[in-house]
Amino acid sequence: MTEPRNVVLKVRGLSVFYATPTGDVRATDDASFDLYEGETLGLVGESGSGKTTATSGILRMVSSPGRIVAGSVELDGVDLLALKEEDLRRQRWSKLALIPQGAMNSLNPTMKISAQIADVIRTHTGKTPPRDRILELFQMVGLPGRIHDMYPHELSGGMKQRVCIAMGIALNPRVIIADEATSALDVVVQRVVAQTMAKVRDALGVSMIMIGHDMGLMAQMVDRIAVMYSGKIVEIARVADMFARPAHPYSKILIDSVPSLTQRQALRITGGITHDPRNPPKGCIFQLRCPYAAPQCREPQPLREINPGQLAACCRAEEILAGTAQAREIADA
Amino acid sequence: MPDDPLLDIRNVRKVYGGPDGLVALNDFSLQIPRDEPQIVTIAGESGSGKSTLANLVLGFTKPTSGQIVFDGMDVGRLSSREMAQYHRKVQAVFQDPFGSYNPFYRVSHVFDMVIKNFKLADTKAQAREMMEEGLNAVGLKGSDVLRKYPHQLSGGQRQRIMMARAYMVKPKLIVADEPVSMVDASLRASILDVMMKLRDEGGISFLYVTHDLSTAYQIGDKIVLFYQGTLAEEGNVTDVITNPKHPYVQLLIDSVPQADPTRRWQGEIELPAEEELRTARATGCRFVPRCPHAAEVCKAALPPLHPVGAPGHRASCTLYGPERAAAE
Repeated sequence: MTEPRNVVLKVRGLSVFYATPTGDVRATDDASFDLYEGETLGLVGESGSGKTTATSGILRMVSSPGRIVAGSVELDGVDLLALKEEDLRRQRWSKLALIPQGAMNSLNPTMKISAQIADVIRTHTGKTPPRDRILELFQMVGLPGRIHDMYPHELSGGMKQRVCIAMGIALNPRVIIADEATSALDVVVQRVVAQTMAKVRDALGVSMIMIGHDMGLMAQMVDRIAVMYSGKIVEIARVADMFARPAHPYSKILIDSVPSLTQRQALRITGGITHDPRNPPKGCIFQLRCPYAAPQCREPQPLREINPGQLAACCRAEEILAGTAQAREIADA
Repeated sequence: MPDDPLLDIRNVRKVYGGPDGLVALNDFSLQIPRDEPQIVTIAGESGSGKSTLANLVLGFTKPTSGQIVFDGMDVGRLSSREMAQYHRKVQAVFQDPFGSYNPFYRVSHVFDMVIKNFKLADTKAQAREMMEEGLNAVGLKGSDVLRKYPHQLSGGQRQRIMMARAYMVKPKLIVADEPVSMVDASLRASILDVMMKLRDEGGISFLYVTHDLSTAYQIGDKIVLFYQGTLAEEGNVTDVITNPKHPYVQLLIDSVPQADPTRRWQGEIELPAEEELRTARATGCRFVPRCPHAAEVCKAALPPLHPVGAPGHRASCTLYGPERAAAE
């Protein structure tokens, strides 16, 4: 992957804050990353880390009390955040589609599956699609044609999720954002849905942002990973590099906390408690829970290149990679 | 009765909705010994019957047939007074660490209620001491958490406090229904560690209900795997996870996403287009429509549990019994 690649989506300095009576919560704070043509980027983090907020910022769908504070989101060179509402509407879905969290439960129970897909296409193009187009979409996501006239309750969870993928690709978008697209499914069904997404991605050459919390699924599916903690991207790297040698202590903890199915070993427990998001610590966002926190961590920690293609927001990344950083015990509660 | 098991589930069947209804749990038996505390994992996908089993053991629902005997008590036939006694011995921890708390009360309220309900303490000082002991068992301190409100704690801490609450009653068994599935990955280990500690130091057995085979493998002793209400495979957790025998269990373990980008899923799998209906009239192995090894004989009757190697490792599959050879 050394050849220069086209950047499809360029996010710079994106900040989305939520207003609360006692101050702003910095849900997504100064996020910057590139999405290359045809690649899948994983955006991981725990609940509240700002991954879903970041995507609503990208789609400009932040609703009150949230607001986009700063940043730019360029899709094929056009800054979505600077567009007029009407122009933005045309870009959304036709170029940038979302498979939202719990998408399968967002289907309308009183409408036939085919009508709901036709609705999406009509809303964004003004034209009613022919029946053949809908059957073609079903085929792409591995669904039988007979569900055309069925209602959502007649389908299983995995089938409904694939209907939502069909909606996502209905207008041949450049970018699909899949927010926890498989997380409510049983493992076998999850594998089938993940397989469907990969197939569709390769067939259409579309770029994908996969949001999730499951490092196992990320290892299976994505080309690069961006790790978020409390609103900040703390590391971005190719998936092989991230798992082989994570440079940020939080990435390392996330990877180590995945229980193995091949080796029975002592559990790794991480202590510490996250700061109040209205009042983040000065400097590194992770210092309260970081086993390697040091005085210099009170300085701001921008993302910087540690190795080619690997960026981390940690002043001790080199020591951590070299194994020379001393860890400390962290008290819980 | 020193030799009788602590928990004895005998041929328990649960059917929802009359004789032609849905078989949530099909003639299931399990024993947990009295003298050897264990973490028994109950695993399977959604709708496999694992939560039905948890509810049966907790006495929330009664078996359609069969019997659950705990410490000499027939759980399906307890009066409400006996049920209260029963719940001193069998406690529960549920999935949602957010929904189990009343947001208007401080954390101490959770403990006040259980002490009051079970009349665990005579004086305030004694009650306070019990809370401290319970919290210490899960690695927390009373001074840190008791005065806090639920929203001031992480999901991991809330779930550990639920473990402390259950522990205070000094039960013999804790039914833990998906206790870590809503907790962030980096905090899960702290809860699982508490379960192992309560087993080893508190002598408490667990029914650990989960869909997550990786955590079961890390902490469990025995595992039973359900498929659509029927027992597919059981045994020592290491034997079952490292050497699965039932085709469904093999597929399941193969599908768990491994956190290793150099070991990605191999091959494509398909799901049947239609969901199978699990009425009481269904015969044969429930996995036949998806099984690569399915034969006529599999459809005739539900395969018995055949031994497949290590002691106690058994699979409900004709591949390991005489009936298949006899039919071929």
